[in-house]
Formats: sequence, C-alpha cells, structure tokens
Amino acid sequence: MRVLAAMSGGVDSAVAAARAAEAGHDVTGIHLALSRNPKSYRTGARGCCTIEDANDARRAADAIGIPFYVWDLSDQFHEAVVEDFLAEYAGGRTPNPCLRCNEKIKFAAVLEKGLALGFDAVATGHYAQLRTAADGTVEMHRAVDAGKDQSYVLGVLTQEQLAHSLFPLGDSPKSQVREEAARRGLQVAAKPDSHDICFISDGDTGGWLADKLDDVNRGGAIVDSASGEVLGTHEGSWRYTVGQRKGLRLGVPAGDGRPRYVLDIEPVSGTVTVGPREALTVTALDCIRPLWCGAAPDAPLECTVQLRAHGDEHRAVVVPTSEGFGVSLRDPATGIAPGQACVVYDGTRVVGSGTITKTARA
Amino acid sequence: MTVYLDHAATTPILPEAAAAMTAQLGSVGNPNSLHASGRAARRVVEESRETVARVLGCRPGEVVFTSGGTEADNLAVKGLFWARAAEDPRRTRIISTAIEHHAVLDPLDWLAEEEGAEVVLTPVDALGRIDLEAFRASVESDPESVALVSVMWANNEVGTVQPIAEVVAIAHEHGIPVHTDAVQAVGQIPVDFAASGVDAMTLTGHKLGGPYGVGALLLRREVQLTALLHGGGQERDVRSGTIDAPAIAGFATACELAVKHQPELAIRLAELRDRLVREVQEVVPEAAYNGDPVSAVDHRLPGNAHLTFPGCEGDSLLMLLDARGVECSTGSACNAGVPQPSHVLLAMGCSDEQARASLRFSLGHTSTESDVHALVEAIGPVVERARAAGLASRSLG
Repeated sequence: MRVLAAMSGGVDSAVAAARAAEAGHDVTGIHLALSRNPKSYRTGARGCCTIEDANDARRAADAIGIPFYVWDLSDQFHEAVVEDFLAEYAGGRTPNPCLRCNEKIKFAAVLEKGLALGFDAVATGHYAQLRTAADGTVEMHRAVDAGKDQSYVLGVLTQEQLAHSLFPLGDSPKSQVREEAARRGLQVAAKPDSHDICFISDGDTGGWLADKLDDVNRGGAIVDSASGEVLGTHEGSWRYTVGQRKGLRLGVPAGDGRPRYVLDIEPVSGTVTVGPREALTVTALDCIRPLWCGAAPDAPLECTVQLRAHGDEHRAVVVPTSEGFGVSLRDPATGIAPGQACVVYDGTRVVGSGTITKTARA
Repeated sequence: MTVYLDHAATTPILPEAAAAMTAQLGSVGNPNSLHASGRAARRVVEESRETVARVLGCRPGEVVFTSGGTEADNLAVKGLFWARAAEDPRRTRIISTAIEHHAVLDPLDWLAEEEGAEVVLTPVDALGRIDLEAFRASVESDPESVALVSVMWANNEVGTVQPIAEVVAIAHEHGIPVHTDAVQAVGQIPVDFAASGVDAMTLTGHKLGGPYGVGALLLRREVQLTALLHGGGQERDVRSGTIDAPAIAGFATACELAVKHQPELAIRLAELRDRLVREVQEVVPEAAYNGDPVSAVDHRLPGNAHLTFPGCEGDSLLMLLDARGVECSTGSACNAGVPQPSHVLLAMGCSDEQARASLRFSLGHTSTESDVHALVEAIGPVVERARAAGLASRSLG
C-alpha cells in the first residue's frame, strides 16, 4: 500500500512510520503545520506544531529513509478545531480538541487529500488496534497497553475512515516503542510525551480562553443549587467547568460547611450553579452527533462507555434516539460536562461515539 | 534517475571550480600571514579577486568577498543605510521593490523596525517588472531623504529582468547609491558592473557553478559602507574574518567559466525553456506562463519557467513530481517548510490561490532535452491527481 505517515515529531508517530515502512508499505512522511505562525504554538517538549517538532519529524523520516513533506493545514485546523474549541467553551461546554482534530483533520482533510493524491491509507502513532471482521468490516479495539490506549480520541472515526487507517503501535506497550525507537536510531526515542493542548502555547488554557473570549465575556451570577440564593458573581461562564471546585471565590461558606462544586453552566444567562459533591453524580446522558464505527445500533445496547480521555469505563445501556442516543449509566459518573465525548464500547471494540448535550442526576 | 529542474535554488558545481577549491584545501596559509605560506594563499585570493573583477567589469579593489548572497545583501542594505544616514540624518528612506529576495526584504523590515528606516516597496507590473514611474515618483517626492535604492537584477522566482539602467539613471540624478542583487543573473545573462552604473552588486558562488558559502559584494571604490562584521579588518575593513582562500578560488573559477559560457548557455537554455513551456502547455493547456513571455535576455532569465496550474496546490504537484524523480520548486519556502503564497506573485497581482498553484522549473548548465522530456511525460497525470486533491481539500470548507 501507499501510506501517508502523519509524523508529529514525537516518538510514537516516528516508530509507527518505521513499522509501516518495514511492513513493506511505500511510506511518505508528512508533518502537519497547524499554525501559520509556528512560534505561537507550544514550544518545548511537545508533540506537534513547532519548528523544532517539524525538524524532529524530518530527522526521523531521514533515519527511516522515506520522503518527507510539511503540509500546511493551518486554515483547516483553525476553523475546525480552534474556533470550535472557542465556540464550545463560549457555549458553556467542555470540548476535547484532540477528538475534533482526528475527526476533521487527520482522518478527514489529510486522508481525503492523501487518497486523491494516490495514497491508500494514513498511518499514525495512536495506540489502538484495527481488526478485520469476518464480514470485512474494520473494527477498532483498545490498545494492548491499557495505560496508553487512545481508542477514546479515535471514537469519532467512521468505517470509511477506519478502512483507510493504520495504527501500527496498537499491539505494543509504550516502553517497547521507546526501546524500538532507540534501536532504530531515532533521535526522538527519549522525547517526552505530549499532554497539553497543542495550540495553547504555555499550557494555560484558562488564560488563553480569557484572552480569546474577552469579547464574549458573559458575566453572571453564581447560584446555590438547593436554595437558589445568589452567592456571588463571575466574569465569564467559560471560566468554569462542571465538577470544578477550586477558584469559585465564594465569600459565603456553604450552610453545612462542605465544599461546593460547579454543577451547571447556563451560557445564555451566564448563571453558574454550584452545589455539593453528591449532586455531581450523573446517571444518564443525552448524546448528539453520533458517529458509528460500523452499523448504528437499532436496539438498546448493553455496553460500556468512556466519558473522558483515560477515564473509567462505566457499564451502560445505549438507546438510539432521533438526535443520537441516550445512555443509562449502571455505574454512575461524576463531573460530566456537556461537550465531552461519550465513546461506546462492546468489550474492547469501539462501537461509536456522541457528544454529550445533557446529563441527568440521580 | 533524478531530473533536476531547480538550478535557481542551486546548480551543480563545475568540475574546474571543484578542482580549484580542492587544490587549495590541501594548502596551509592564512592569506593575511606575512610568511611564504601566507603569501601563497594571499596570491590565490588576489588572483581570484582579479579574475572576478575582470569578468564582471569592476576593479579588483571593488570585490569584497563574503559568505554568500545573504551576507552581501545584508552588508549592502544595512551598511549603505548606516553610512548614508551617518553622513546626513535626513536620509531615512530606502526605496526597493515588492519582489526582492528575503535576503533584502528582511533586512529592510529589520531596519524599519529597529533603526527607524522608512521602506518604500515599489510595485511591479503583471510581468513582475518594476513600475519605473512609481519608482521615479517615490525618489522625486523627496530625494534628499533617500539613503539608498535596492532593486534586484533579475527575479529569482519568475525570472523577470529589471531595467537596472533606468533605475540607476533616476537614482543617480539625485546622487542616490543603487544596490542590486544579481545572484540569479550572473552566468545566465550579460552582467557588467561598471557599465550598469550600480554602486553595489551581490553575487553568490553556488548559483553559478561555484561552491556554497562564498560570494561577493562588488562595491564601487568611492562608496562608503558601515561594516557588519568587525575584527581583523580584512576586505577593505568592510568584512572582517579570515579569508576563505579555497572557496574563493572555486568561486572565481566558476565566475570566469560562467561568464565565458553565458552567451551560448543563454541561447541553449532559452530554447530548452521555451520547449518546456510549450510542451507542458500542450499537455496542460490551462497552465499559465508567469513572468515576461519575451525570451530575450533583457526580459527574462533563460533558465526560468514559472507556471500556474489552476486548481492544483503547488506542494501537491511538487510532491507528486518528486515521487517520479522530477525536482522543482514552489518558489519560496520558510524555515518550517510551510509554504506561504509567494510575495512575488502576489505583487504581480495573482490571487492567493493562483500563487499557491504555481511551480518554478529552472534550468542550468547540466540541463538536457531529456530533462524536459521527463517533465512533460510526468506532468499530465501529476496535474490530474493534484487537481483531484485540490478539490478534496476545498470540499472540506
């Protein structure tokens, strides 16, 4: 196959590209330039977006012996990921930009362009496994290394996208990937993993949002969930996340003296509702924008769901709705915010995903 | 086999230049040392200086060896600005063009930001030639305030040759010194420093068959320049640093041969280039030929073909051609390798989309008919694929 290896400059994507080449594929390395001004994105020990990362990716491609190019996806990334991220926060939701990037950039813009240019697949350094079922459909399963499993952020991929994807690292523990990188002479073998949001250069998401959302600053009241009493005011509902405890700066202590948490954010009025920890417990969810890896379920499905990256699995029943699907959680969850992705699993297999719009409490 | 169509980026070293350079690499001797070994090295440098002077129409004392084109451009632009402003603080303006190489544009930006210079970038016409009336108007609006003029001899992207004689005439009416970046011109078209009237001219070795890392600023003897590099006082005290005798020997040999063979090379390359353009357009009729369509050496560099392929992205075309062994350029690339739409094409009135859909093919002394043939064979399917990819990218919206 002719394979495009998306190379961030990190160790995982470098080893993934090397494995694809070793498997006999005709591999071309590409680094995605996601910022028009590369200096404005995070520098240092991260996985993408900086000139240094582009150079690391280039040197890995040299070592593997494959052609290498930089693709400028900055406009698409800004529109589909950065602006969406801002709009979600402005709307009182908590988005995951990595899912969005996988859905709209890596396995959409890059894949479509690659297919048109004559490539057959995109390979990345994500930790997930692909298996072809008896009927020919491609299934995505959790990675062997449970600590590194990234099937959650890939839960947005459709059958068409999965059929043109390669995840060469899914069967390996991370430690083995690093050893292999060193053995292959890849300079990035010891490069630290990336954890933060790549387009927020200093890792200060709150400060970044404050800067960008200054114009749409929606001040409002902080209200007690039980009494309805206004406990204070705030300078923008996007500063808060459901489940947040710190930084509420409420002068008045709760009646029972226990800590209060953000329970709800109403973006139109700007009202932030706070209450006790037990009020964060969620037993049901509504999800929209369903994306199914294969056939959509047409009946209630006994399954598990994961509600945040590296989060716990919850036993659940998923019921298709006209908008997407509803989820009854057999194992309740806490601190679930609208905007987060709900990824549905059948055992290790990813069934699909949706975006949480509403949570119901016990 | 590689089909190399990127001679404007760098052209293969001439065997004679490599031989002259390697002969010196084995010899010890700092050209500024006073003993026999030093004198021998100094002799090589001075003979090289005389050779460069002879073939390019200047005096040996007017050749300032540098590390290449970028240094020569920086030395000319900053050095002239500082020296002229020191003489008369009213001289704060620099008049240049919108299509200069970044080795001129970026020093200009820096002078504007850090040193209070007022930079005037003269527009160009649709063929990429300086608008002389606009240039004259800029100069004459306040000639006393102009520190220098910098206009390239020939553009590196679209190959348009600039009317340097007219630029010099207008500037010299008011005693304003003129710098020209002739990096792309020497060896492709006739260049004579004295006859051109310019006060400073940038050259570089690796674009004319010499080694990398060496070039020169030809600088009229009476022109004062503030140094960028201070130290041992070499090169008229304008460019300190131990003189690189081996590189200079290779550079001078290449200059001599490039100028000697220029007339026949220009004829051969213009024919090849015209054929390249014609045959590519036969396969891809909508491909637009950018720059000056007239083949004469006072209009266009003979080795330059610059084409826009509507609906395609230049970087897709480049990648697909590269995969077929055909090497060319999208015209400009920054450090991160993120292609920006060419400032030259934008200045010529192209849209962002047209600018991004363009490729530069540049021919040089090793180019053959089979190179052109290989490109013509490859270009049809490549354009078809790149166009499909362009549509795929657009449909994302």
